[in-house]
This record gives sequence, structure tokens and C-alpha cells, in this order.
Amino acid sequence: MLGRLSFSAIPLDVPILVGTFLGVAIIGLAVLGLITYYGKWGYLWKEWLTSVDHKRLAVMYIVLALVALFRGFADAIMMRTQLAMAYAGNPGYLPPHHYDQIFSAHGTIMIFFLAMAFMTGLFNFVVPLQIGARDVAFPFLNNLSFWMTAIAFILVNVSLFIGEFSQCGWLAYPPLSESQFSPGVGVDYYIWAIQLSGVGTLLTGVNFFVTIVKMRAPGMTWMKMPVFTWTAFCSSILIMVSFPVLTVAVALLGLDRYFGMHFFTNDGGGNQMLYLSLIWSWGHPEVYILVIPAFGVFSEVVPAFSGKPLFGYGTMVYATCSIMVLSFIVWVHHFFTMGAGPDVNAFFGIATMIISIPTGVKLFNWMFTMYKGRVQFHACMYWAVGFMVTFTIGGMTGVMMAIPGADFVLHNSLFLIAHFHNVIIGGVYFGYICGMNFWFPKVMGFKMNETWGIRAFWFWFVGFYFAFVPLYVLGFDGMTRRMNHYDNPEWHIWLLIAEVGAVLILFGIVCQLTQLYVTIRDRNLPANRDVTGDPWNGRALEWSTSSPPPPYNFAIVPHVHELDAFMHDKENGIDTRCAGGPYAPIHMPKNTAAGFLIGVFSLVFGFAAVWYIWWLAAIGLIGVIGTIIARSANKDIDYYIPAEEVARIENEHSRKLMAQAAE
Amino acid sequence: MSDLHTSPSGESHGSVSSYIIGFVLAVILTAASFGLVMSHSLSPSGTLTGLAVLAFIQVLVHLHYFLHMGNGSEQRWNNMCFFFTVGFVVILLIGTMFIMNNTALHMMSR
Repeated sequence: MLGRLSFSAIPLDVPILVGTFLGVAIIGLAVLGLITYYGKWGYLWKEWLTSVDHKRLAVMYIVLALVALFRGFADAIMMRTQLAMAYAGNPGYLPPHHYDQIFSAHGTIMIFFLAMAFMTGLFNFVVPLQIGARDVAFPFLNNLSFWMTAIAFILVNVSLFIGEFSQCGWLAYPPLSESQFSPGVGVDYYIWAIQLSGVGTLLTGVNFFVTIVKMRAPGMTWMKMPVFTWTAFCSSILIMVSFPVLTVAVALLGLDRYFGMHFFTNDGGGNQMLYLSLIWSWGHPEVYILVIPAFGVFSEVVPAFSGKPLFGYGTMVYATCSIMVLSFIVWVHHFFTMGAGPDVNAFFGIATMIISIPTGVKLFNWMFTMYKGRVQFHACMYWAVGFMVTFTIGGMTGVMMAIPGADFVLHNSLFLIAHFHNVIIGGVYFGYICGMNFWFPKVMGFKMNETWGIRAFWFWFVGFYFAFVPLYVLGFDGMTRRMNHYDNPEWHIWLLIAEVGAVLILFGIVCQLTQLYVTIRDRNLPANRDVTGDPWNGRALEWSTSSPPPPYNFAIVPHVHELDAFMHDKENGIDTRCAGGPYAPIHMPKNTAAGFLIGVFSLVFGFAAVWYIWWLAAIGLIGVIGTIIARSANKDIDYYIPAEEVARIENEHSRKLMAQAAE
Repeated sequence: MSDLHTSPSGESHGSVSSYIIGFVLAVILTAASFGLVMSHSLSPSGTLTGLAVLAFIQVLVHLHYFLHMGNGSEQRWNNMCFFFTVGFVVILLIGTMFIMNNTALHMMSR
């Protein structure tokens, strides 16, 4: 009846998990209780959970990403603490079975649910506004994408308290991940979480590709498109091309596990090396999917706070596109040591080094943008400059590892760990947080607190170096990744320093939370309100509308004359908003519960498939298909905002603008 | 918003008869592939070549009848996306063959 699920699957014997469960349960009940107390369920359901508005979805994506950050960081600091303790006979506090789940969950969560969700949140918020569109091309699919990502994250977290998570690392290499060596449910949780969130990501890629191709404002030719939109475009293409490879690779692994097939097994003609090749031909593009939008954020932030147009717009676009293409021909550098000959390794090593050329072009472009500019050291600029320094170091260690000979020494050592955290924290994370600080007033209508933002930056920045430079040293000293305990006394001091770094990063996260709290507390102070919708003297179209933007974004779709359309209009006295109208009724998509329902049924399906509860899986699958059919048959999916309502909202904003100008 | 949102860009979405023709062709080609293997009428390498040819025709049938690929001017984006995708699939296939073949030689795994 319940498949493999029995009471013994609940890890009551692991005190850490019981404590975590109690904590999560108390916080969860408190949140639910508060929502009930304030009677906000209807509001939450109508305005958020069923919303197809890209701005609302963006906020939900970023909230999801921040929750994933806490989970992923909790894993990280537990690993650091384990390694600070576990040497010379001391086993530490995490037995290998638990430790292996933690590092697997850390990687999976940080990439798929922190980074991907944060990135999608930024896309959702910024892209339609930057191209002068009223929403994305497929608003319902956008909502569905969010729910697929969210329920996959829930599935990963369910594995904490029911059963176990994968112990095979974030990419579940076979043959370890085959049922011969991992008979438990851990890898199955991993497989279904990846597959379900993959649906969401792929739909996001398609959605933004179509949005950018089809829905740009009149006059916005390709070379007048803001750089962030360019990067979102390249990222979407990478998603569409590479995510199917991940889906297939993980599906083949699933066939091995569920149906006893032999794609990647040791026996029966399987070839686990093919899995490595497949997974990395997704995995390498994936890291560029994440970092290219971060480059886009800096390309918006640096000009805004330097008071100058971006240096070398054209080279920025070409660099982005060449990185996109090159990212597809480098994947072997993740497994130089697998046994290919010098011809294969040399080809992929050189291709990898070539990527540093367009990336270098970008760095110089940002620096030349700052050169002779009026640089304002706003919190955003701290993250941007911190990125330039940190990412450059990470890039250089990457080029080192691109030399196959050097990689034979460094492969799977902590040097590798230090390298990719160097580019992912220093590039992706700094970029997204920079973007959050930059676009927050547009989302909410008030600015983020700067003091706490700068404090958060310094803790993250210094903490990063304390946490990861020791790992470079340890890598040279021969310490491999994913080690549970060790007996080399020379390593101990470095792991203690790394632990200090992790604690500093913890302070950074606390500062970020405080920043959010202070921001919301002081939201009504006049200095924090963003009345004009253009707090940074911005350059692209998103700053031309009010903050927060009305549901339809633009009452009259703006006409684009030049690159940096809004700045051009400001300089030439053109009213981008066409205030005063005449306004026409605006066609809008209706909110729908279909995305939420498909998500819930998918979660049921995924959970049932993990535990072999086939009747429940059938219910989940029928629910998904039934909801899709019902949604397809529903013709009542749109409405019009009447012209008078549009005029009312716009005149209100115009009045505020004039009052502000009069002060 | 409607003009931005729902503008059809001129692609044909097919008719019932074109879908039926496509479906019948796809069934014939699939049956022919099975027949080729099950009848043992060709040598093993001949069978493989035959399957490859039939598969290629199958791909063209799908592209024409189901994905409505054509050469009209309004098809520019469709064709561009298609050839881009084909390009990446070729990179992936040739790359994988290059890597796996080379690895197998060096690791003496076959």
C-alpha cells in the first residue's frame, strides 16, 4: 500500500534532524498562524499564489531563493564545522551517511533552487519592463514554472524528514548512484527534484526567449536592447539547448534505477563515462546560464552609478554571445582525468582558455565605464567592485585548471572547490544581490537600507576570502573534496580559518536579513520612498514607469529611439510615459489556480514515485493531465482594464511626480 | 496588449488533411523500419544503413507535417532556431563520439 515507505523511514534516531524538524515546524506553524490571524489567506491566494503577473512571480521566486539560501548555507556551515573538528581520531559530529547527504543537498540546492530561482526572479522582474512589454509572452506558463521550481524544492526538503537525500554529490555520478550501490530513496529524491524543476526551468527559457524576440517595444532593434536583456536572451537560449540534455541524462539514470536497465551500470554493457559526458554537456552551459545574467546586472549597475553610458556596448553584446557559444565546447574540462588522450584534452583545454578572452573584454568594459565617471559608492557598487576583484581571481584559477596537466594534480581537490565557489559566489551571488539592491525600489516603491547593505557586503567579501583561500592551499596540499574526516595535522589550521570564514559569511547573511528588516521598517520615511520611479537616474525603460509599476507596466507602450532609451528621452525632453493619454483599455491575463494545482499534483507524483507508491503516483499524474486539459478548455482567461481606470492610475502618478518636482 | 500578444506571424498551423498525411507517412516509415529488422532481408550493415535512411526521412516528415517548417520569409525565426538547434546537437553528438571513442581507446575499455 505504501510502497517502500514505512515508519522506520523517519529519522527519529538523528537528533540534528529531529531538532531541525521541530524548528521548521514551529516557524511554519507561526507563519501559518500569523496569516490566519491577520486573515490574509484570501489575499495571499488571489494576489500572489495564483498570480500570473511577472512582477509578483519575481518576488515569489526571490523569496524562494532566499529560503533556499538559508537551507544551503546551513548545510555549508555544518560541513565546515565538521571538518574543523574531525581530525586525528575525532570523528566529528556528522557520521559519513549524514555528511554525504549534506554535501549533495548543498550543491543541489544552491545551484537549482538558490541560483536558478534568483536568476529567474530577476528575469521576471526586469526583462518585460526593460523591453517595454506589459508581461511575458506566456503568463500562465510563467506561473507554472514557478510552481514546478517551488515544489521541487519542497521535495528536496521533504527528504530531510522522510527517508534520506542522495549521497552521491550534486551530479549523482554513476555507478555510485545506481541501485547496486545506492539502494535507498536518496537518489530517487534527487532524480525527481531535478526532473520536476527542470520542467519549470525549460518553460522559463522558452518564455523569455519568445518574450524578447516578439515583445520588444517599437523601435527597440537588437542593438538598442539593454545589456541585461541581452544576457537574459543568451541565458534563455542556453537553457533551451542544454536543459533537455540534463533531463535525458537523469531520465536514463532513472531508467537504470527503476527498470533495471544498463545505461550507466558497471555490468550489462553500461558505460558510466557516458553519463559524465552527458551531464557536463549540460553542466558547463549551466554555470554560464547563471553567470551571464550576473554580468548583465553589472552592465546596468556600473553605468548607473558612474553617471556614464556603458563603455563598449557592442563589444559587451558580442562578448556575451561568444561566451554563450563557447560554453558548449568546453565540457570535457570537468573530467580531464577520465582517460581521454592528449588530443581531446588539448582541444577542450584550449577552448576553455579562450572563454577568458570575452570575459576579460567585459571586465575592461566595466572598468572603462567607471574610468573618469562620477562614481557613487552606493551599496550596489560595493558588490560590483567586489565582484570584479573576486571574479578575476576565480577566473585565473579557472584558467590554471584548464591546463590538463595541472588539472591532473588539482582535479577533485579542494582547489577545485575554492575555484568554483570563487566564481559562483564572487560572480553569480554578488551579481544577484547587487541586482536585488538595484531593482528593489522598482519592485517595492522604497529603497533598500544602504548601511546594512554595505555591512553585509564587507562580511561576505572578507568572509569569502577567509573561507576559500585556505581551500586553495589545502588543494595544493592534496586534500580531496567530500572528505568526512582526516588525520593530517597540517590541514587542521587551514580548516579552522575556513570555519572562521564561514562564520563571517553567516554574519553577512544576518546583515542581509537585518537590511531587509530595516528596509521594511523604514519604508515610509520620505528619504526612502521612490516617488519618481527613477531613483538612480537610470538609463533603461524600467525606470520610466512608476515604482512599483502598475499591473499593466506601461499605460502607453513607449517608443524607443536610441540605446539607453529612457536616458535619451530625458536628455531630449521627450515624455516616455506620454502622460495625459489618450489611454485605451488594456488587455490583461486573468490569474489562475492551474499552475498551483499542477504543481501540487506533480509534488504528489514525485513523492509517490520516490517511494514506489504507484496508486498515488497515478493519482498525481491524472491530476496533472486533468488540470492541463481543464485549463486548455477554459476560455475565460483574460479581461480588460478600462481606459478610465488606466487614466486614474496614471494621473495619480503624474500628480505625485509634480508634487515631488515642486519640493 | 492584444496586438502585442496574440499577433499571429503568418505561420501555417496545418490542416486536418496535412496532419493525416503526416501521420500515415510516419506510420509507414516506422513499420518499414521494423519490417527491415524483422525480415532479416539485408546484411547487418545494410540493415543499419537502411534504418538510418528511414530515420532521416522520418525526421523530414515530422519537420514538414508536424512542425510546419517551410521556406517562407515569415519562417525566418523558425528556421534560424532550427538550424541553431541542429548545430548544437551536432556539436553534442560529434563531441561525445570524439570523447567517448578516444577515451575507450586509451582506457582499453573495449
